[in-house]
Amino acid sequence: MTRAANPDSLLVIVPAFNEQGAIAGVVQSVHQHVPGVPVLVIDDCSADDTILAARQAGAEVLALPYHLGLGGCVQAGYKLAYELGFEYVIRVDGDGQHDPCDIPRIFEKLRSSGCEMVIGSRFVAENGSRTGAVRSLGIRFFRLLLRPILGKPVHDPTSGFVGVNRKALGVFSRTFPLEYPEIEALVVLQRRRFRFEEVPCAMHPRTTGRSSITALKSLYYIFHVLMGVFVNVLKFDRRALRAPRHRPPGSGAGG
Amino acid sequence: MDHLLNVTTGLSIVLLIIVLVSVRRAHIRVEYSVSWLIATSAMLVLSRARPVLDAVRRLIGLPDTPLTLFLLAGGVLLIMFFRFSVIISHLRDDNIALAQRVAILEYHLRSFKNHEKQEA
Repeated sequence: MTRAANPDSLLVIVPAFNEQGAIAGVVQSVHQHVPGVPVLVIDDCSADDTILAARQAGAEVLALPYHLGLGGCVQAGYKLAYELGFEYVIRVDGDGQHDPCDIPRIFEKLRSSGCEMVIGSRFVAENGSRTGAVRSLGIRFFRLLLRPILGKPVHDPTSGFVGVNRKALGVFSRTFPLEYPEIEALVVLQRRRFRFEEVPCAMHPRTTGRSSITALKSLYYIFHVLMGVFVNVLKFDRRALRAPRHRPPGSGAGG
Repeated sequence: MDHLLNVTTGLSIVLLIIVLVSVRRAHIRVEYSVSWLIATSAMLVLSRARPVLDAVRRLIGLPDTPLTLFLLAGGVLLIMFFRFSVIISHLRDDNIALAQRVAILEYHLRSFKNHEKQEA
């Protein structure tokens, strides 16, 4: 992968940990739906042959020297993308739950709306995606919590299927939550008065591997994310409040 | 009461020796041993100087001297735990940034080698 050359350069990043069974399918599917777009798999020190499978499928691999967790893994991808000069980055999970056929829609929304982040959401429109009862309850809770903080509703705050532009990329290269980053990342962006949009996306059930969030970890997850949100709300930048918000011409998106 | 103060004195001396030996053997870096040395020295002084301990007890307004000693020890330990949590958090952040940098440099190195191979 060389440096990004055109002003609309897109990179698809795929954080992966022990996803030997699914990663090749994900990479091939991305290549099929967005041909010519480079795919960067960030391997979080997998014990299996994830790296080999990703390379054989045609992806570039950023191999971390030890297990950093999801946030550290994604941030490494953001840092490299920022260094290489990419304008847009879309994150797709390596377990095959996100459908790469939605990437063009997220990319188009990123370009046309001018907002800093676009979330692929299971709940903007009814699309047949199913979530477990505990997770569904958690999502409802965080929707309610985030509504007043973000100033607009977010339907799927735990979705990892997100696209960011270079402005957000610059912020995330410097500051990114290390564990369970999705919800905290929204608050990080909101603190800088950045905007987000949601586009409806389908999500498939996981076919191989295991989710990092088990039922036992759910309570810790809620506590940890609540703390993260609280801490980020405290990091209130008064200068950002006073600064005028940049709205691209023709954008009706709010946030 | 005197027996308790003797026990505290003994513990403080043992801890002081352990810290000094650890520093000498480079098990603890000097900058991280300072808090322990100050804490153990303070405990030693307080457990040997009864009038000082009584003065502290009156200042805080506690009913008895042993409670004062243990409250002070607990307070010092809490402060030290907090200080070490801050240090660990900084180290973890630095460590993660370093690991990401290593991965990115390895990526560039690999790309460079591949590019050289193709040119050759």
